[in-house]
Amino acid sequence: MSPFVALGFGPHGWGLALLQGALMTLLVATVGLLIGAAIGALVSWAKLSRAWLPAAVGDFYAAIFRGVPELLVVYFVYFGSSALLTGAAHLAGYGGFLGVPAFLAGALAVGVISGAYQAELYRGAFLAIPKGELEAARACGMGGWVMFRRIVAPQVVRFALPGLNNLWQVALKDSSLISVTGLAELMRVSQVASGSTRQPFTFYLAGGALYLVLTVFSNRLFEFAEARAALSRRQAGA
Amino acid sequence: MDALPLTMEVWFLSVVLGGLLALAITWARASAMPPLVGLARAYVFVFRGTPLLVQLFVVYYGLASFAVVRASLFWPFLRDAFSCAVLALALCTAAYQSEIFRMALAAIPHGQIEAARACGMSGLTLFRRIVFPIALRQALPAYTTELISMVKSTALVSLVTLWDVMSVALKIRNDTLVTYTPLLIAGAIYFVVNYCLARAFAALEHLLSPHLRGRPPSAKVADVL
Repeated sequence: MSPFVALGFGPHGWGLALLQGALMTLLVATVGLLIGAAIGALVSWAKLSRAWLPAAVGDFYAAIFRGVPELLVVYFVYFGSSALLTGAAHLAGYGGFLGVPAFLAGALAVGVISGAYQAELYRGAFLAIPKGELEAARACGMGGWVMFRRIVAPQVVRFALPGLNNLWQVALKDSSLISVTGLAELMRVSQVASGSTRQPFTFYLAGGALYLVLTVFSNRLFEFAEARAALSRRQAGA
Repeated sequence: MDALPLTMEVWFLSVVLGGLLALAITWARASAMPPLVGLARAYVFVFRGTPLLVQLFVVYYGLASFAVVRASLFWPFLRDAFSCAVLALALCTAAYQSEIFRMALAAIPHGQIEAARACGMSGLTLFRRIVFPIALRQALPAYTTELISMVKSTALVSLVTLWDVMSVALKIRNDTLVTYTPLLIAGAIYFVVNYCLARAFAALEHLLSPHLRGRPPSAKVADVL
């Protein structure tokens, strides 16, 4: 079978499956990034805290998940979440095995790792907010949550955008590791297709090309977002 | 723990080979010839934009499917999982390292180069005495990050049938059905290796930048005047 037929959209073609895999990759990476954003916000809040315990916990979390291979974290989360769920079910009186869906486990793994890096990013972004704005907010009588919603969050997002572009690319690439759990994302589809048609080079190359396409599009998107975010601010580099 | 030497071998070889390749790529990128620059940029774009796993599989599974490769004199080398893994890892790290080198080169204050040229230095001397030390210092933090990233990437070679720390942990899990302990121990091993790397390079940075550390508190006023 020629590579073009194999990659095409005909009855023997894997083109559609590859595109579906790419979509799954996008979904997993997005959900993973969002989970990472939540974890990162929490951990950076802990790191910025004045008490020593949250700061230590935050530092510990970041150090662990930046020092350990991503593949290990994927395995750990995949096996661990199923074990946790089964254990909880046993406590509730249900026997047998409960498995966590591969999508959720994969997204969780990506999120946990991304969260460690995002925590550092948000911490830096928060420290970059001009102190005068925070003081002015307090002087206007804004309480904690209002100040967060109106001042801190928008500024942090704006300062963190370039770093988020980078972390998004990392999340895209880490999502390829979720293939070991069997989730039908782009890497796994490439693997299955290459095994079934005995054309590994074609399909891994095609998978790589699709990853590149995803990368280029996300880059454009982030550049657009950064341009929008910098509209109200004069800066040296703009 | 017995698999640690293999992991370290893969890491060391791929970092060194990747570093050499990265030097070539950075040189091509800094050269004045558009085709070379384009080639370098394309290389970096491809190898930073695709996941390492894809690159690994292309090298290990993909190259073997070409009859011309099988008949070539590289075949004994490319059949071996270890060589394929080192090759793929080296290609990937070369892209990232060349970006680090490029950034380090760009960070050298131009005034220093002008002064050196005014003193009559050129070519190799200029490189040896001015460019290299400054670039080395600039590149160290990012380079440390890349080295640690490479240690983590060696875990991927467990997926191409190499017996590194990761494979051993999974095998123990399969044999004994104890899930967490082997993974935790493997994680601890990687963490300790990375931590030692980070501390070693932090010490190196400290050693290389005495002039940036400022005056010690015991300096007397007479010294300043």
